[in-house]
Amino acid sequence: MTEPLLQVRELKKHFPLESPIPFVKSRLSVKAVDGVSFDVYRGETLGVVGESGCGKSTMARLVNQLITPSSGTVQFKGENLIGMDGKKLRETRKSIQMVFQDPYASLDPRKTIGELIAEPMVIHRIGDKTSQKKRVEELLEVVGLSQYHAKRYPHEFSGGQRQRINIARALVLNPDIIICDEPVSALDVSVQAQVINLLKELQREFDLTYIFISHDLNVVRYMCDRIAVMYLGKIVEMGTYKEIYEDPKHPYTKALLSAIPKENPHDRKERIILKDSVPNPINPPSGCHFHERCPVAMDRCKREAPQLIDTGNGHIASCHLLNEQ
Amino acid sequence: MSEELLKVENLEVQFKSGSAITKAVNGVSFTLNRRENIGIVGESGSGKSVTATSLLRLIPSPPGKISGGAIHFDGKDLLKLSEKEMKSIRGNEISMIFQDPLTSLNPVFTVGDQIIESIKTHQKVSKKEAKKKAIEMLKLVGIPAPEKRINMYPHEFSGGMRQRVMIAIALSCNPKLLIADEPTTALDVTVQAQILDLMKRLQDEFNTAIIMITHDLGVVWELCDKVLVMYAGNVVEYGTVKEIYDQPKHPYTWGLLDSQITESVSEDQPLTTIPGSPPDLRQEITGCPFAARCAYAQDVCFTNKPKMTEVGENHYAACHFQTKENRLDRKEKTAHDRAIVTS
Repeated sequence: MTEPLLQVRELKKHFPLESPIPFVKSRLSVKAVDGVSFDVYRGETLGVVGESGCGKSTMARLVNQLITPSSGTVQFKGENLIGMDGKKLRETRKSIQMVFQDPYASLDPRKTIGELIAEPMVIHRIGDKTSQKKRVEELLEVVGLSQYHAKRYPHEFSGGQRQRINIARALVLNPDIIICDEPVSALDVSVQAQVINLLKELQREFDLTYIFISHDLNVVRYMCDRIAVMYLGKIVEMGTYKEIYEDPKHPYTKALLSAIPKENPHDRKERIILKDSVPNPINPPSGCHFHERCPVAMDRCKREAPQLIDTGNGHIASCHLLNEQ
Repeated sequence: MSEELLKVENLEVQFKSGSAITKAVNGVSFTLNRRENIGIVGESGSGKSVTATSLLRLIPSPPGKISGGAIHFDGKDLLKLSEKEMKSIRGNEISMIFQDPLTSLNPVFTVGDQIIESIKTHQKVSKKEAKKKAIEMLKLVGIPAPEKRINMYPHEFSGGMRQRVMIAIALSCNPKLLIADEPTTALDVTVQAQILDLMKRLQDEFNTAIIMITHDLGVVWELCDKVLVMYAGNVVEYGTVKEIYDQPKHPYTWGLLDSQITESVSEDQPLTTIPGSPPDLRQEITGCPFAARCAYAQDVCFTNKPKMTEVGENHYAACHFQTKENRLDRKEKTAHDRAIVTS
């Protein structure tokens, strides 16, 4: 096995709550990400799925240090990003770029597309005006827009086109990894398919690695090589997309998969309907965080938190039932 | 049972901005029977929501205007009613739930107040009875401890719970028709499954017909009997769910079905997309609105607007090449065709 490009170990982020008593630190905190470990290899796409509030987006922001983790390590090409000094971190971050969900909110409305795409080069002082302009034109072509679009403003573009601009902006510094945080959730199906095709093409062309966050399980299956399922700040199952979709081990993954709407009107799908929604992360349930909603919970699940167990083929899951078998 | 509840004929809605007139809805017709569910699908800007809001005459005017057509609901022509008569229909006989449950609930009133308001507006009941009914409704939509929850504010509820409250308000007056405008788009898949399940269950109880506006065809397969496919303000295809899935006729519907990501799509194949983008509705469109993006378009498509013609049992499409004399076949087998064979 080759060396992983990105190695994340025991990553945690606890957001402290405001204390009811002034000047006294609160002991309560929201455990948004609570001990997450995974590897990402060059050229692959790692999908991260889970319900709202499970910590997917916080995890993405921790990986490139947009927020500082409470503990844990993030090793990129063998170097730990956490605690790295500012100058070096900025340099390393060139290789880790992001594409956000909302194509309307992530572009400054007062800048032209040309300025927006050139901005990373300006910040990192790469090239002069002419070479920057050339690079912008090159990238517009790459993402399927035209050179004359450089002079226009964001409001003149549709959602799909804006997402293309965001992708061009992420590509400008030749990154190794692009973290895509729900990049197609806000788009119509036909446009969604265009953007997904573009992301796949770019991956082949530029040898990119993606961390792909989404709550649409069909999109994740199509895009990703490996999938991590998160629940309340923890990874509960991880494996290749085939393993996850064909042989899910964790009851939560099974429920998630069964909640995908029907493929066609003839489909008679057995559905596991979960009760309630994700519990409060300030005071998560004891033992296995999922036990209150789990259709197969046992007594043991209330007391003991399960560990991640390797079930072969690089497939891991955390459920007490796996020990029983 | 197949008694007609709603009949929309040639509905036209226009929006005026400056000198430009946008024809948001351009001749939409469909019928809906009691207890039947219809799905309206299409891309953003295709006129789905405008069609639905104009059924309640809630189009902001100006700039909007229902410029033509008729809406027959339960023996009444809604476009001819006075504003006062219309008020007694809204929320009572026809109610609506929206995509974003947070913005459609008032943050400064408890959810109980908001359900009671709807009941008291339309029914002559005492406050006490209304409250009892509100608790009953909350219980029905699956909110635990409704006696306590009724005194809570919307911000204390999660997204899925808020949508349940919206459904409770919408159904509290036992409407004949429920319009749901993307009710599950903002929710997680697991919660979406809960809400769809709830809607199906409540329909049995209340005998309500549902108009489901969505861009997710999965939701349509789940809940609906009929589908209306809209493109650029026009209906391009209309039929039963089974007909539309098994024998789609309009090239736009083909494109829509093909761009869905399903299990039958192989990961190594690029996804099928519809090239181009929808037309600018401020400009007059002569001919078929889809012609510019259609792979099968010929000269006639750019000059003459196709009419809706019957292409199967209770199945209509607006395409020049899908009539009794003409048959258009798909150029190549797509993932969707393969899925039909296996299903």
